[in-house]
Amino acid sequence: MSVPDDRRYLETHEWHRLDGDTVTIGITQFAADELTDITFVDLPRVGAALAANRAFGEIESVKATSDLVSGVSGTVVAVNEALADNPALVNKDPFGEGWLIKVKATNPAEMEKLLTARQYEKQTGQE
Amino acid sequence: MLKRTPLYDFHVAAGAKMVEFAGWEMPLLYRGIVPEHQQTRASGSIFDVSHMGRLRFSGHAAEAFLNHVLTRNVSDQQVGQSRYSLVCNAGGGVLDDVIVSRDQESWLVVCNAANRDKLLSHFHAVARAGRFGVQIEDQTESTAMVAIQGPRVIERLAEVVDVSHIPRYHFQRMSIMFFSLTFFRSGYTGEDGVEVILSARAAAMAVRALGGSTDRHDATIMPAGLGARDTLRLEAGMPLYGHELSESIDPLSAGLGWAVDLNKDFIGAEALRQIARDGPARRLVGLELEGRRIARQDTPIHTGDAVVGAVTSGTFSPTLQKSIAMAYVDAPHAAEGAALAADIKGALVGARVVKLPFYRRPK
Repeated sequence: MSVPDDRRYLETHEWHRLDGDTVTIGITQFAADELTDITFVDLPRVGAALAANRAFGEIESVKATSDLVSGVSGTVVAVNEALADNPALVNKDPFGEGWLIKVKATNPAEMEKLLTARQYEKQTGQE
Repeated sequence: MLKRTPLYDFHVAAGAKMVEFAGWEMPLLYRGIVPEHQQTRASGSIFDVSHMGRLRFSGHAAEAFLNHVLTRNVSDQQVGQSRYSLVCNAGGGVLDDVIVSRDQESWLVVCNAANRDKLLSHFHAVARAGRFGVQIEDQTESTAMVAIQGPRVIERLAEVVDVSHIPRYHFQRMSIMFFSLTFFRSGYTGEDGVEVILSARAAAMAVRALGGSTDRHDATIMPAGLGARDTLRLEAGMPLYGHELSESIDPLSAGLGWAVDLNKDFIGAEALRQIARDGPARRLVGLELEGRRIARQDTPIHTGDAVVGAVTSGTFSPTLQKSIAMAYVDAPHAAEGAALAADIKGALVGARVVKLPFYRRPK
Protein backbone atom coordinates (compact mmCIF):
# COMPACT_ATOMS: atom_id res chain seq x y z
CA MET A 1 0.00 0.00 0.00
CA SER A 2 1.80 3.13 -1.15
CA VAL A 3 1.05 6.69 -0.21
CA PRO A 4 -0.50 8.84 -2.98
CA ASP A 5 1.92 10.20 -5.58
CA ASP A 6 -0.05 13.39 -6.16
CA ARG A 7 1.26 15.05 -3.03
CA ARG A 8 4.35 15.83 -0.94
CA TYR A 9 5.19 14.96 2.64
CA LEU A 10 6.94 15.98 5.79
CA GLU A 11 8.82 13.36 7.78
CA THR A 12 6.37 14.18 10.57
CA HIS A 13 3.63 12.57 8.41
CA GLU A 14 1.75 15.62 7.10
CA TRP A 15 0.79 15.31 3.41
CA HIS A 16 0.50 18.43 1.22
CA ARG A 17 -1.42 18.55 -2.11
CA LEU A 18 -1.01 21.60 -4.35
CA ASP A 19 -3.91 22.78 -6.55
CA GLY A 20 -2.98 26.10 -8.18
CA ASP A 21 -1.66 28.03 -5.20
CA THR A 22 -3.78 26.30 -2.57
CA VAL A 23 -2.19 23.53 -0.51
CA THR A 24 -4.44 21.00 1.24
CA ILE A 25 -2.82 19.45 4.31
CA GLY A 26 -3.65 16.24 6.16
CA ILE A 27 -1.89 13.38 7.92
CA THR A 28 -1.03 9.98 6.48
CA GLN A 29 -2.67 6.63 7.31
CA PHE A 30 0.57 5.64 9.04
CA ALA A 31 0.26 8.58 11.46
CA ALA A 32 -3.47 8.04 12.00
CA ASP A 33 -2.85 4.36 12.78
CA GLU A 34 -0.09 5.28 15.23
CA LEU A 35 -2.37 7.68 17.08
CA THR A 36 -5.29 5.20 17.03
CA ASP A 37 -8.76 6.59 17.64
CA ILE A 38 -8.56 10.36 17.23
CA THR A 39 -10.72 12.26 19.69
CA PHE A 40 -9.98 15.89 18.86
CA VAL A 41 -8.27 18.02 16.23
CA ASP A 42 -7.18 21.55 17.16
CA LEU A 43 -7.05 23.62 13.97
CA PRO A 44 -6.37 27.32 13.33
CA ARG A 45 -9.08 29.76 12.25
CA VAL A 46 -9.65 30.75 8.62
CA GLY A 47 -7.44 33.78 8.01
CA ALA A 48 -4.66 32.64 10.34
CA ALA A 49 -1.10 33.07 9.09
CA LEU A 50 1.10 29.97 8.99
CA ALA A 51 4.86 29.76 8.95
CA ALA A 52 6.57 26.79 7.34
CA ASN A 53 7.91 24.15 9.74
CA ARG A 54 6.04 25.57 12.73
CA ALA A 55 3.18 23.82 14.52
CA PHE A 56 -0.25 25.06 13.43
CA GLY A 57 -2.36 22.82 15.61
CA GLU A 58 -2.65 19.55 17.49
CA ILE A 59 -4.22 16.18 16.95
CA GLU A 60 -5.27 14.15 19.95
CA SER A 61 -6.18 10.54 20.69
CA VAL A 62 -6.60 8.60 23.92
CA LYS A 63 -3.03 7.47 23.33
CA ALA A 64 -1.21 10.77 22.69
CA THR A 65 -1.34 14.39 21.54
CA SER A 66 0.80 15.37 18.54
CA ASP A 67 1.69 18.68 16.92
CA LEU A 68 0.60 19.35 13.34
CA VAL A 69 3.21 21.07 11.21
CA SER A 70 2.86 22.80 7.84
CA GLY A 71 5.65 22.52 5.29
CA VAL A 72 4.55 25.77 3.59
CA SER A 73 3.90 29.34 4.67
CA GLY A 74 0.65 31.08 3.88
CA THR A 75 -2.85 31.93 5.05
CA VAL A 76 -5.49 29.42 6.11
CA VAL A 77 -8.43 29.60 3.64
CA ALA A 78 -10.42 26.59 4.76
CA VAL A 79 -10.67 24.28 7.77
CA ASN A 80 -12.38 20.87 7.73
CA GLU A 81 -15.45 21.68 9.89
CA ALA A 82 -16.62 18.03 9.77
CA LEU A 83 -13.82 17.07 12.18
CA ALA A 84 -15.33 19.01 15.10
CA ASP A 85 -18.09 16.42 15.51
CA ASN A 86 -16.40 13.54 13.75
CA PRO A 87 -12.65 13.47 14.37
CA ALA A 88 -12.70 9.75 13.50
CA LEU A 89 -12.84 10.81 9.82
CA VAL A 90 -9.09 11.29 10.06
CA ASN A 91 -8.66 7.59 10.96
CA LYS A 92 -11.18 6.42 8.34
CA ASP A 93 -10.05 8.45 5.33
CA PRO A 94 -6.91 10.44 6.18
CA PHE A 95 -6.00 11.10 2.52
CA GLY A 96 -9.53 12.17 1.51
CA GLU A 97 -12.45 13.18 3.77
CA GLY A 98 -10.06 13.53 6.72
CA TRP A 99 -8.19 16.52 5.28
CA LEU A 100 -7.32 19.15 7.90
CA ILE A 101 -6.76 22.61 6.40
CA LYS A 102 -6.31 24.41 3.09
CA VAL A 103 -3.60 27.07 2.86
CA LYS A 104 -3.10 29.79 0.25
CA ALA A 105 0.65 29.41 -0.15
CA THR A 106 2.73 32.61 -0.22
CA ASN A 107 5.45 30.70 -2.06
CA PRO A 108 4.24 27.46 -3.72
CA ALA A 109 7.87 26.66 -4.60
CA GLU A 110 8.31 25.72 -0.92
CA MET A 111 6.58 22.45 -1.87
CA GLU A 112 9.76 21.41 -3.67
CA LYS A 113 11.55 21.14 -0.33
CA LEU A 114 9.10 18.51 0.91
CA LEU A 115 9.60 14.78 0.50
CA THR A 116 8.18 12.89 -2.47
CA ALA A 117 5.90 9.93 -1.79
CA ARG A 118 8.76 7.45 -2.21
CA GLN A 119 11.14 9.52 -0.09
CA TYR A 120 8.55 9.77 2.68
CA GLU A 121 7.94 6.02 2.62
CA LYS A 122 11.65 5.31 2.70
CA GLN A 123 12.46 7.75 5.50
CA THR A 124 9.65 6.55 7.70
CA GLY A 125 10.42 2.88 7.13
CA GLN A 126 7.16 2.17 5.35
CA GLU A 127 8.46 0.76 2.12
CA MET B 1 17.32 -6.25 27.80
CA LEU B 2 13.55 -6.13 28.34
CA LYS B 3 11.79 -8.98 30.14
CA ARG B 4 9.14 -10.97 28.29
CA THR B 5 6.12 -12.65 29.83
CA PRO B 6 5.23 -16.28 29.02
CA LEU B 7 2.59 -14.87 26.62
CA TYR B 8 5.01 -12.84 24.46
CA ASP B 9 4.64 -15.14 21.43
CA PHE B 10 0.85 -15.02 21.77
CA HIS B 11 0.94 -11.20 21.62
CA VAL B 12 3.16 -11.08 18.57
CA ALA B 13 1.06 -13.71 16.75
CA ALA B 14 -2.08 -11.71 17.57
CA GLY B 15 -0.56 -8.61 15.98
CA ALA B 16 0.08 -6.60 19.15
CA LYS B 17 1.99 -3.35 19.13
CA MET B 18 4.59 -4.00 21.83
CA VAL B 19 5.96 -1.29 24.13
CA GLU B 20 8.30 -1.06 27.08
CA PHE B 21 6.58 -0.93 30.46
CA ALA B 22 8.43 -1.15 33.79
CA GLY B 23 11.25 -3.13 32.17
CA TRP B 24 8.89 -5.55 30.39
CA GLU B 25 7.92 -5.83 26.73
CA MET B 26 4.12 -5.60 26.86
CA PRO B 27 1.24 -5.28 24.38
CA LEU B 28 -0.05 -1.72 24.21
CA LEU B 29 -2.85 -2.63 21.83
CA TYR B 30 -3.91 -5.21 19.20
CA ARG B 31 -6.77 -3.73 17.15
CA GLY B 32 -6.94 -0.33 18.87
CA ILE B 33 -7.45 1.10 22.34
CA VAL B 34 -11.06 2.17 21.79
CA PRO B 35 -12.32 -1.08 20.17
CA GLU B 36 -10.60 -3.10 22.92
CA HIS B 37 -12.14 -0.85 25.58
CA GLN B 38 -15.61 -1.19 24.06
CA GLN B 39 -15.19 -4.96 23.66
CA THR B 40 -14.47 -5.20 27.41
CA ARG B 41 -17.61 -3.28 28.36
CA ALA B 42 -19.82 -5.11 25.88
CA SER B 43 -18.48 -8.66 26.08
CA GLY B 44 -15.02 -9.58 27.35
CA SER B 45 -11.28 -9.09 27.00
CA ILE B 46 -8.20 -10.95 28.13
CA PHE B 47 -5.21 -8.91 29.38
CA ASP B 48 -1.70 -10.20 30.07
CA VAL B 49 -0.76 -8.86 33.52
CA SER B 50 2.13 -11.27 34.12
CA HIS B 51 4.51 -8.34 34.59
CA MET B 52 2.89 -7.51 37.95
CA GLY B 53 4.75 -8.71 41.06
CA ARG B 54 3.56 -11.84 42.85
CA LEU B 55 5.15 -12.17 46.29
CA ARG B 56 4.42 -15.03 48.67
CA PHE B 57 4.79 -14.72 52.43
CA SER B 58 5.03 -17.71 54.77
CA GLY B 59 6.30 -18.54 58.23
CA HIS B 60 4.86 -18.19 61.71
CA ALA B 61 5.16 -14.38 61.69
CA ALA B 62 3.78 -13.78 58.19
CA GLU B 63 0.47 -12.39 59.48
CA ALA B 64 2.16 -10.10 62.01
CA PHE B 65 4.61 -8.93 59.35
CA LEU B 66 1.86 -8.12 56.86
CA ASN B 67 -0.10 -6.25 59.53
CA HIS B 68 3.05 -4.23 60.16
CA VAL B 69 3.66 -3.22 56.52
CA LEU B 70 0.10 -2.98 55.17
CA THR B 71 -2.50 -0.34 55.98
CA ARG B 72 -5.21 -3.00 56.03
CA ASN B 73 -5.85 -5.29 58.99
CA VAL B 74 -5.32 -8.84 57.74
CA SER B 75 -6.06 -10.65 61.01
CA ASP B 76 -9.73 -11.03 60.22
CA GLN B 77 -9.15 -11.90 56.57
CA GLN B 78 -10.48 -15.38 55.74
CA VAL B 79 -8.63 -18.08 53.80
CA GLY B 80 -9.77 -17.60 50.20
CA GLN B 81 -10.33 -13.88 50.60
CA SER B 82 -8.52 -11.00 48.85
CA ARG B 83 -8.31 -7.39 49.97
CA TYR B 84 -7.06 -4.15 48.48
CA SER B 85 -4.43 -2.48 50.65
CA LEU B 86 -1.62 0.03 50.60
CA VAL B 87 2.00 -0.14 51.67
CA CYS B 88 3.15 3.15 53.18
CA ASN B 89 6.40 4.68 54.28
CA ALA B 90 6.84 6.20 57.74
CA GLY B 91 5.48 9.55 56.54
CA GLY B 92 2.26 7.94 55.30
CA GLY B 93 3.27 8.25 51.64
CA VAL B 94 2.23 5.37 49.40
CA LEU B 95 4.96 2.93 48.34
CA ASP B 96 2.43 0.84 46.36
CA ASP B 97 -1.16 -0.33 46.25
CA VAL B 98 -1.55 -4.10 46.38
CA ILE B 99 -4.01 -6.96 46.61
CA VAL B 100 -3.31 -9.26 49.58
CA SER B 101 -4.79 -12.76 49.52
CA ARG B 102 -4.90 -15.27 52.36
CA ASP B 103 -4.13 -18.83 51.35
CA GLN B 104 -4.09 -22.02 53.44
CA GLU B 105 -0.45 -21.82 54.58
CA SER B 106 0.77 -18.54 53.13
CA TRP B 107 -0.18 -15.11 51.87
CA LEU B 108 0.10 -13.67 48.37
CA VAL B 109 0.69 -10.00 47.66
CA VAL B 110 0.20 -8.84 44.06
CA CYS B 111 1.90 -5.50 43.42
CA ASN B 112 2.64 -3.13 40.53
CA ALA B 113 5.42 -4.22 38.17
CA ALA B 114 7.27 -0.93 38.61
CA ASN B 115 7.35 -1.28 42.40
CA ARG B 116 8.29 -4.92 42.75
CA ASP B 117 12.01 -4.40 43.43
CA LYS B 118 11.31 -1.43 45.70
CA LEU B 119 8.81 -3.43 47.77
CA LEU B 120 11.09 -6.46 48.05
CA SER B 121 13.92 -4.28 49.39
CA HIS B 122 11.52 -2.63 51.80
CA PHE B 123 10.01 -5.90 53.01
CA HIS B 124 13.40 -7.59 53.49
CA ALA B 125 14.73 -4.58 55.38
CA VAL B 126 11.69 -4.43 57.65
CA ALA B 127 11.74 -8.20 58.26
CA ARG B 128 15.42 -8.05 59.27
CA ALA B 129 15.05 -4.96 61.45
CA GLY B 130 12.01 -6.34 63.25
CA ARG B 131 13.33 -9.91 63.36
CA PHE B 132 10.06 -11.16 61.86
CA GLY B 133 10.02 -14.92 61.22
CA VAL B 134 8.76 -14.57 57.68
CA GLN B 135 9.94 -16.04 54.36
CA ILE B 136 9.39 -13.89 51.28
CA GLU B 137 9.38 -15.62 47.92
CA ASP B 138 9.21 -13.71 44.62
CA GLN B 139 7.05 -15.90 42.39
CA THR B 140 6.71 -13.38 39.56
CA GLU B 141 8.89 -15.05 36.95
CA SER B 142 7.81 -18.64 37.58
CA THR B 143 4.13 -17.71 37.11
CA ALA B 144 1.90 -15.89 34.67
CA MET B 145 -1.22 -13.85 35.30
CA VAL B 146 -4.09 -12.83 33.04
CA ALA B 147 -7.17 -10.71 33.66
CA ILE B 148 -10.35 -11.80 31.88
CA GLN B 149 -12.89 -9.04 32.25
CA GLY B 150 -16.35 -8.23 30.85
CA PRO B 151 -20.06 -8.98 31.32
CA ARG B 152 -20.01 -12.20 29.28
CA VAL B 153 -16.78 -13.61 30.67
CA ILE B 154 -18.13 -15.76 33.50
CA GLU B 155 -20.72 -17.33 31.22
CA ARG B 156 -18.13 -17.94 28.46
CA LEU B 157 -15.60 -19.42 30.90
CA ALA B 158 -18.28 -21.88 32.10
CA GLU B 159 -17.63 -23.83 28.91
CA VAL B 160 -14.26 -24.71 30.45
CA VAL B 161 -14.46 -23.95 34.17
CA ASP B 162 -17.27 -22.76 36.43
CA VAL B 163 -16.17 -19.75 38.46
CA SER B 164 -19.64 -18.24 38.94
CA HIS B 165 -19.78 -19.36 42.57
CA ILE B 166 -16.58 -17.53 43.61
CA PRO B 167 -17.73 -14.37 45.45
CA ARG B 168 -16.24 -10.98 44.58
CA TYR B 169 -12.80 -10.49 46.17
CA HIS B 170 -12.40 -14.19 46.85
CA PHE B 171 -10.30 -16.80 45.08
CA GLN B 172 -10.21 -20.52 44.43
CA ARG B 173 -7.81 -23.03 42.96
CA MET B 174 -9.18 -25.04 40.06
CA SER B 175 -7.77 -27.59 37.67
CA ILE B 176 -7.74 -27.37 33.88
CA MET B 177 -6.02 -30.07 31.84
CA PHE B 178 -3.88 -31.18 34.79
CA PHE B 179 -2.67 -27.65 35.54
CA SER B 180 -3.67 -25.88 38.71
CA LEU B 181 -4.91 -22.32 38.22
CA THR B 182 -6.03 -19.85 40.87
CA PHE B 183 -9.06 -17.75 39.95
CA PHE B 184 -9.58 -14.42 41.74
CA ARG B 185 -13.00 -12.78 41.32
CA SER B 186 -11.60 -9.27 41.04
CA GLY B 187 -10.36 -6.82 38.43
CA TYR B 188 -9.26 -3.38 37.42
CA THR B 189 -11.90 -2.50 34.83
CA GLY B 190 -15.20 -2.00 36.67
CA GLU B 191 -16.61 -5.12 34.98
CA ASP B 192 -17.23 -8.62 36.35
CA GLY B 193 -14.52 -11.15 35.63
CA VAL B 194 -11.50 -12.94 37.01
CA GLU B 195 -7.78 -12.59 37.37
CA VAL B 196 -5.97 -15.89 37.00
CA ILE B 197 -2.56 -16.92 38.29
CA LEU B 198 -0.98 -20.00 36.78
CA SER B 199 2.44 -21.51 36.27
CA ALA B 200 4.48 -19.91 33.50
CA ARG B 201 4.69 -23.25 31.66
CA ALA B 202 0.90 -23.55 31.46
CA ALA B 203 0.26 -19.99 30.34
CA ALA B 204 -0.02 -20.27 26.57
CA MET B 205 -2.13 -23.43 26.70
CA ALA B 206 -4.42 -22.14 29.42
CA VAL B 207 -5.03 -18.85 27.66
CA ARG B 208 -6.14 -20.73 24.55
CA ALA B 209 -8.45 -22.91 26.64
CA LEU B 210 -9.87 -20.00 28.64
CA GLY B 211 -10.06 -17.41 25.92
CA GLY B 212 -11.35 -19.57 23.12
CA SER B 213 -10.92 -18.07 19.67
CA THR B 214 -9.47 -14.72 20.57
CA ASP B 215 -8.44 -14.25 16.95
CA ARG B 216 -12.03 -14.29 15.59
CA HIS B 217 -13.70 -10.91 15.16
CA ASP B 218 -16.88 -12.15 16.84
CA ALA B 219 -15.19 -13.95 19.73
CA THR B 220 -16.72 -13.40 23.17
CA ILE B 221 -13.28 -12.79 24.66
CA MET B 222 -10.63 -10.90 22.68
CA PRO B 223 -7.10 -9.78 23.61
CA ALA B 224 -6.73 -6.26 25.00
CA GLY B 225 -3.58 -4.33 25.88
CA LEU B 226 -2.27 -1.80 28.37
CA GLY B 227 -3.84 1.13 26.52
CA ALA B 228 -7.40 -0.13 27.05
CA ARG B 229 -6.49 -1.26 30.58
CA ASP B 230 -5.77 2.37 31.40
CA THR B 231 -8.91 3.88 29.85
CA LEU B 232 -11.06 1.22 31.54
CA ARG B 233 -9.65 1.74 35.04
CA LEU B 234 -9.90 5.52 34.64
CA GLU B 235 -13.62 5.28 33.75
CA ALA B 236 -14.00 3.04 36.81
CA GLY B 237 -12.32 5.70 38.98
CA MET B 238 -9.49 3.37 40.03
CA PRO B 239 -6.11 4.80 41.00
CA LEU B 240 -2.89 4.05 39.12
CA TYR B 241 0.44 4.23 40.91
CA GLY B 242 2.57 6.98 39.46
CA HIS B 243 -0.56 9.02 38.78
CA GLU B 244 -3.09 9.06 41.66
CA LEU B 245 -0.66 7.40 44.08
CA SER B 246 3.00 8.06 44.83
CA GLU B 247 5.33 8.42 47.79
CA SER B 248 4.29 12.04 48.20
CA ILE B 249 0.58 11.18 48.38
CA ASP B 250 -1.19 9.60 51.35
CA PRO B 251 -4.13 7.18 51.07
CA LEU B 252 -6.56 9.53 52.85
CA SER B 253 -6.11 12.32 50.29
CA ALA B 254 -6.60 9.64 47.62
CA GLY B 255 -10.03 8.74 49.03
CA LEU B 256 -8.78 5.32 50.11
CA GLY B 257 -9.50 5.65 53.84
CA TRP B 258 -11.64 2.52 53.58
CA ALA B 259 -8.43 0.54 52.94
CA VAL B 260 -6.68 1.98 56.01
CA ASP B 261 -7.23 0.70 59.56
CA LEU B 262 -6.15 3.59 61.76
CA ASN B 263 -6.77 1.50 64.90
CA LYS B 264 -3.88 -0.75 63.90
CA ASP B 265 -0.16 -0.01 64.27
CA PHE B 266 1.66 -0.18 60.94
CA ILE B 267 4.40 1.74 59.15
CA GLY B 268 2.89 5.17 58.48
CA ALA B 269 -0.04 4.84 60.92
CA GLU B 270 1.00 7.74 63.14
CA ALA B 271 1.41 10.12 60.19
CA LEU B 272 -1.96 9.04 58.78
CA ARG B 273 -3.71 9.53 62.12
CA GLN B 274 -2.45 13.10 62.10
CA ILE B 275 -3.73 13.66 58.56
CA ALA B 276 -7.08 12.17 59.59
CA ARG B 277 -7.24 14.56 62.56
CA ASP B 278 -6.37 17.64 60.47
CA GLY B 279 -8.30 16.54 57.40
CA PRO B 280 -6.41 16.09 54.10
CA ALA B 281 -5.40 19.40 52.49
CA ARG B 282 -6.11 18.06 48.98
CA ARG B 283 -8.60 15.52 47.74
CA LEU B 284 -8.77 13.29 44.69
CA VAL B 285 -11.80 14.18 42.56
CA GLY B 286 -13.34 13.21 39.24
CA LEU B 287 -13.73 15.93 36.61
CA GLU B 288 -15.94 16.06 33.53
CA LEU B 289 -14.60 18.57 31.02
CA GLU B 290 -16.39 20.57 28.34
CA GLY B 291 -15.46 19.73 24.77
CA ARG B 292 -13.26 16.94 23.56
CA ARG B 293 -9.78 17.96 24.60
CA ILE B 294 -7.95 15.65 26.96
CA ALA B 295 -6.47 17.05 30.19
CA ARG B 296 -3.37 14.91 30.70
CA GLN B 297 -1.32 14.39 33.88
CA ASP B 298 -0.04 17.65 35.45
CA THR B 299 -2.65 19.85 33.71
CA PRO B 300 -3.27 22.73 36.18
CA ILE B 301 -6.77 23.14 37.61
CA HIS B 302 -8.01 26.68 38.27
CA THR B 303 -10.78 28.45 40.07
CA GLY B 304 -10.95 32.11 39.11
CA ASP B 305 -7.31 33.17 38.94
CA ALA B 306 -5.93 30.69 41.42
CA VAL B 307 -4.39 27.32 40.67
CA VAL B 308 -6.09 24.89 43.06
CA GLY B 309 -4.95 21.53 41.80
CA ALA B 310 -3.51 19.33 39.05
CA VAL B 311 -4.67 16.44 36.91
CA THR B 312 -3.30 12.96 37.67
CA SER B 313 -4.91 11.09 34.74
CA GLY B 314 -7.11 12.15 31.84
CA THR B 315 -8.62 10.67 28.71
CA PHE B 316 -11.56 10.84 26.33
CA SER B 317 -13.96 8.26 27.78
CA PRO B 318 -14.99 5.77 25.09
CA THR B 319 -18.08 4.74 27.09
CA LEU B 320 -19.30 8.19 28.14
CA GLN B 321 -17.99 10.01 25.06
CA LYS B 322 -16.71 12.83 27.30
CA SER B 323 -13.34 14.18 28.32
CA ILE B 324 -12.75 12.94 31.90
CA ALA B 325 -9.92 13.34 34.39
CA MET B 326 -8.92 12.63 37.96
CA ALA B 327 -7.18 15.41 39.84
CA TYR B 328 -5.99 16.45 43.29
CA VAL B 329 -7.78 19.65 44.22
CA ASP B 330 -7.44 21.79 47.37
CA ALA B 331 -10.12 20.58 49.80
CA PRO B 332 -12.28 23.77 49.81
CA HIS B 333 -12.75 23.45 46.04
CA ALA B 334 -13.29 19.70 45.88
CA ALA B 335 -17.04 19.53 46.46
CA GLU B 336 -19.23 17.64 43.99
CA GLY B 337 -20.55 20.10 41.41
CA ALA B 338 -17.74 22.64 41.85
CA ALA B 339 -17.14 24.53 38.61
CA LEU B 340 -13.40 24.56 37.97
CA ALA B 341 -11.29 24.99 34.85
CA ALA B 342 -8.43 23.02 33.30
CA ASP B 343 -5.56 24.99 31.73
CA ILE B 344 -4.92 22.96 28.58
CA LYS B 345 -1.98 24.54 26.78
CA GLY B 346 -3.08 28.05 27.75
CA ALA B 347 -6.80 27.60 27.05
CA LEU B 348 -9.16 27.36 30.03
CA VAL B 349 -11.65 24.51 29.61
CA GLY B 350 -14.60 24.14 32.01
CA ALA B 351 -14.20 21.16 34.41
CA ARG B 352 -16.98 20.14 36.79
CA VAL B 353 -16.31 17.99 39.87
CA VAL B 354 -18.28 14.74 39.67
CA LYS B 355 -18.52 11.71 41.94
CA LEU B 356 -16.28 8.77 41.19
CA PRO B 357 -16.54 6.40 39.48
CA PHE B 358 -17.40 7.89 36.11
CA TYR B 359 -18.80 4.54 35.02
CA ARG B 360 -20.52 1.84 37.03
CA ARG B 361 -21.52 -1.41 35.38
CA PRO B 362 -25.26 -1.79 35.05
CA LYS B 363 -26.76 -4.22 37.59
